[in-house]
Parts: sequence; C-alpha cells; structure tokens
Amino acid sequence: MTETKTIDRRGLLKGAAAVAGTAIGSGAMTGFPTIWAQNIKNITLRQFGTGVSNLNDIATRCKADTGITISMTAMDTDAAAIRAITQPNSYDVADIEYFTVKKVFPTGRLQPLDIKKIKYYEDIVPLFKDGKVTPTASVGQGTAPCRVSYVEGASSTKFAAAPTEWMTLIPTIYNADTLGIRPDLVGKPITHWKELVDPAFKGKAAIINIPGIGIMDAAMTIESLGLMTYADKGNMTKAEIDKTIKFLIEQKKAGQFRAFWKSFEESVDLMASGEVVIQSMWSPAVTAVRSKGIACTFQPLAEGYRGWGGGLGIAKHLTGLERDAAYEYINWYLSGWTGAYLNRQGYYSAVLTTAQKYMSPNEWGYWMEGKPATAAIMSPQGQQIAKIGDVRDGGSYYDRIGHIACWNSVMDNDRYLIQKWNEFSVA
Amino acid sequence: MSSTIKAAAANPTARSGAKPGGTSAGAWLLATPLAIVLGIFLVIPILMLVVVSFLDYNSVQIIWSFVVQNYIDAVSSAATWQTFAVTLKYAVITWAITLFLGFWLSYFLAFEVRGAAWQMGLFLVCSIPFLTSNIIRTISWIPALGRNGIVNSVLLHFHLIHQPLTFLLYSQFAIILAFVHLNTLFMVTPIFNSMMRIDRTLIEAARDNGAGFWQTILNVILPLSKTGIGIGTIFVITLVMGDFVSVSIMGGGQSASVGIMIQNEMSQLQYPAAAANAVILLAIVLIMVFLILRVVDIRKEL
Repeated sequence: MTETKTIDRRGLLKGAAAVAGTAIGSGAMTGFPTIWAQNIKNITLRQFGTGVSNLNDIATRCKADTGITISMTAMDTDAAAIRAITQPNSYDVADIEYFTVKKVFPTGRLQPLDIKKIKYYEDIVPLFKDGKVTPTASVGQGTAPCRVSYVEGASSTKFAAAPTEWMTLIPTIYNADTLGIRPDLVGKPITHWKELVDPAFKGKAAIINIPGIGIMDAAMTIESLGLMTYADKGNMTKAEIDKTIKFLIEQKKAGQFRAFWKSFEESVDLMASGEVVIQSMWSPAVTAVRSKGIACTFQPLAEGYRGWGGGLGIAKHLTGLERDAAYEYINWYLSGWTGAYLNRQGYYSAVLTTAQKYMSPNEWGYWMEGKPATAAIMSPQGQQIAKIGDVRDGGSYYDRIGHIACWNSVMDNDRYLIQKWNEFSVA
Repeated sequence: MSSTIKAAAANPTARSGAKPGGTSAGAWLLATPLAIVLGIFLVIPILMLVVVSFLDYNSVQIIWSFVVQNYIDAVSSAATWQTFAVTLKYAVITWAITLFLGFWLSYFLAFEVRGAAWQMGLFLVCSIPFLTSNIIRTISWIPALGRNGIVNSVLLHFHLIHQPLTFLLYSQFAIILAFVHLNTLFMVTPIFNSMMRIDRTLIEAARDNGAGFWQTILNVILPLSKTGIGIGTIFVITLVMGDFVSVSIMGGGQSASVGIMIQNEMSQLQYPAAAANAVILLAIVLIMVFLILRVVDIRKEL
C-alpha cells in the first residue's frame, strides 16, 4: 500500500512538472504563467461520453490530482454522437469512440489536437498510430482507429492516411469484443462465431440492436458459417447489406433470437436471468454478470474479435486557459491511474507503460499477460472477479488485441443500412 | 323603432353578463395564456416538424433544401407499411381488450357498488398502479414473465407445464399485456364518469317495461356511455400508436412500432426521415380521432 502511495506521489510530482512545463510553454500565449497553476483549479470542463469511461471515480481523482473539475454526462453511443454534432457548445471535452469520430470530425465540431502538447504521445500504443499491434500484425477491417486518428493540419477536418502532428482524439480506451456465453448452460465448447445461430440455442441467443455494430456481429457469423466473405465488413456494399439482413430475418423468423438488446443493463439482465445463453456482449457486462456469482465467459473465437476504441477530443470553441486545462486533463488521464482503473475493468489503456506502475504484478499478469492470478482479482469497485489460478478469457493483450478482425464502423451506405435494419426490426 | 328593440334585447345581456363588447375582450384575455402555451409548445413544434420533414440530410446534418424524398422513402418502403400495420394492430387489440375491461369495471363500479363513498374508494384503488411511472410498471413484468420467472416457476412447480413458456416475455403477447395494463384506466375513467351520469330512473323504466339484463345494457347503458367510450378510445389509441418504450421493453427489441422506427432514425441523426414518419403518424392518428368524433359527440359530456 505504501508503495502505491509513493508511486502516486511520484506521479503527482511528474504531473506537477507537466503542469509547469505546459505553463511555460503556453506562457507566451496567455501572458500570465505564474498564476496559471492557481487559475486551473477554478476551471470546470464539461465532458460527455459513453457509460464505459464517464465514471465519477475518474472525475474525483482528477480533481484531487490536478484541481480541474470534470463534470461528466454518461449516455449511450448513439446519443453521444448526436450530442457531439448537434450541441457543440454544450461540452468542452468529448469522450467518444473512433467510429463516431468518422461522423463527427468532418463537421468541424472538434479541434485537431497538437501531439507536441501530449506528454505521453510517444508511449501511446501503435494501434492508434499506424494501426499495428505488432510490426507484423495486419489492421482489422472497418473504421480502425488509425484510419481516423490524424488530420492533415491544425484546422483541417480531413483525415490523414499516415500519422501527422494533429490528432482527432487522444486515445484512452479500447477493447476486443466477442460473444458472451453462459458456460454452465451452453453444454458444449464454443469456438466459432457461427455458434450464435446454432439450432441448439434456438430462442436463447441475442444480438445488439445498434445497426452499425449488430450487423458486424452478423457478418462475423455469416463468414464463420462460410456463407459469404466480405471485402470489408466495416463498409459493406448494398448487396452485402441485403444478404446480411436477409440472413438475420431468416434467423429471426426461425426463432433463433430471444431478444435484441440496446443497453448495457439489458445485456446483463438477459444473461444473468438465463433468458439468453449466447449473445453479443461487452467486457464490463460479462464482469457484471460474474459479480452476481453467475458463470459467464467472454469467449474467444477462431475468427477473431470485433474491436472498438475511444478517446478524448476537445470542442472547437475551447480556447486559452480552458484549452490548456483540457490538455492538462488529457495528460493526467494518460499518466497511469486512469489507465490502471480501465485495465482493471477489462478494457485497455492507450498508454500501457504508465498504467503498469499503478497495478500490482499479479494484476498486470492477469489482465495483460494472460497469466493465472496469484491472488484474487478485484474490480475497481472491490468485487471479486477472479480467484487464484483463474486466467483471463482470451488470454494476453497480444492474443486479444492482435486478433481483431474488424472494428466498429460507420459505413458509406449508412442510410441504406438503417432502412434495412428497420426491415429486420419489423420482420 | 327597430333600434329600440335591439337595445331592449341587448340590455338583459348587458345586465346579466359583463359589459357589451367587454365580453369578447375578456374572453380573449382569458384564452390568451392557454393560446400562448399551446402556440409555443404545440403549434410551433409541429410546424417545425413539418418543415424539417421536407429537408434533405446526410449522415451528419440536415441540409436546407426542399425535398419530398423523405416521404417517398417512407411510403415506398414495405418496412414502413408493415411497421404502421403492426402498430395499428397493437392499437386495435389493446383497444378491444381495454374497452371490454373498462366497460365492465365501470359497470360494476357504477351500478353494482352501492354508495358514492365505496364507488369513489374503489375507483381510486383502480388508479393506484398509476402512482409509479409507465416504464417501471412495464419493466416489473420482466421478472414475472421470464423463462425462469414467477409464472413459469409456479406452472412448473404444479406440473401444469413441462417446459418454460417462452411466449410470455419478449413477444406480442407480452406487448399487448403491458399495453392493457398501462391503459385500462384511461378507458375506465371516462366510461365510469358517463355511467354515473345516467339517470337511474331510465334503468328502472327499462326494467318496468320488461327489458332483461342484456336489453338494458344494449339499449340504455351502452348508448348513454358512448361519450365515455369515445374519450377512452381516443386516449388508448393515441397512447398505443405513439408508444416506443413498452414495445421495445416487452418485445425484447424483436418487435417494431412506429415510435421505435422514429427513435431509430433519430439516433442515427436522420431527423428529416424521423420527422416525415412523425408527420405521417400524426396524420393517421388525427384521422382516427376525427372518425371517432364523427361517431361520438364528445361535447355532450363536457
């Protein structure tokens, strides 16, 4: 415990150094470098984003470490995209996903972020830069973060193909999603996406009812069945959308699905109550089911994962001291405490080196290296997630993130997809 | 001569009411607050809705150019028709069941229960579920109806079934059940109100003339409850037609309704498409209300 505290202090000192550094850097602009550190304490930044990372614990810790007040609003993915575009003056910091960025950034609601002001830029994992987890890995299909990470200049809204000095979001969080299963109820090993439509699970399967994400899970299933291969699952042609929706309608009419869920809580309830034994799921939902004492596995599958990533963007209207505070907040975010907090929930931090300092070797081994737990693994809320000897579903960071087959996406045929999805809903 | 007569005729009004001329000014003044509220919160939003429904859009924003494409998209899609048909089906089934329940509950309260205190007391009992929100009342069905829910557990325990009944939840049955649960009171209230106003001597007269139970119901009570039935019908139909929460919760996302379709479009920032569907829905509901008003003269009750 004392050890963690010293690290905290060290982190704080580092943070303070960063504050001083940035203060000097921005001194020329504001003209008041000496009072800057005090001013920043009075600043409130309004942040909105999805429920996964808009957590009060983070805001509380940020206030204690930097003095900046973050007022957070959590909403679902769709609502976040709407907020980002339609109410650009209602927020200072946007905590959004990369596929949302594809929609939002071209509208000019966010400002490109100067990587020179990001203290840990060099430490950000390559996934968000050139997109390769390891030098030999390939980039998954769809709106992979690296495809929308950079813009061409300080006032550009055009995505750059290769890294530049201007980022759309500073990445904070990402994960590899797969199907969740109830190992006690499925009655056999699950190894492929096609098992989502196995007749053995008739009336006991579910998928997510967000068109852009649900259709990807369907596409993974179709490819797994060998019915069709997609050039890019994250950007389907109209014909591919037609075939995929037709497949979903057939499955729906055959009674394969119990429900289509839209919110995190719904997916937890469906699984915990036993209504469903196999479904699209998110990592913390699996954790939530487990913390009720119910067996639930985030099952790695042969065809790979569906990836997603998110980060922090700064609203166009933010300038001066407030913008400096936003940068300072982002630097704090990447400095380790939050990264460790997110890692402990089963996500991954964009800067792993700093997060490691805030995690015990046992935690790091369990969450990141795929090693058996040497002591009970606790959630940040203090609930036990794994006992001694347990291994994380899917194994190590490289085993999971290295096998992302496609990323959450916005398709060019987005409008057509929604129409077809409505047909599926009513079928 | 004629002017004197006019003056004489006008005089009583002047004495009994407000000053002549002032009557209409006062009336306008009294109507102003409501007019302002309705104007700001009803008329202007609906006008905006209509305007937006004729605008173009792309995946991120509304484009200010006049198009009818949104209506063409909506009308030319089979999914739209199916969705409206399914929503209408829910409305009609819910209406029939709530009407049946509402009529007999009201009949019981109005004619079988003796004493105004008991009548009002029992009527208030009917309204107790309405002390919680719609969503809570809907969600609370889930633990009861689920695969491992209370109903299935009880039936399995008494060996009445051997497999859990899955149609109980996330099905059309569940949706209708929730609608009936949510909306029956809207039928009971106006019908009960109408029935309480029926002159009891009419029923005695019917009996004296040899009418049986059903004849009294059909020829006396039913016609005299018509206004209540009309008002209840308007409530139930409009509420069900516009719903999206109950359908998505009880249908487990597997069923569509016009409300859900509009919500989906809005969540994808397709506001003009959503507005076009909303305008179509509004038009259909208004036509239905108009037809109901043709059958029943609601002003009689007011």
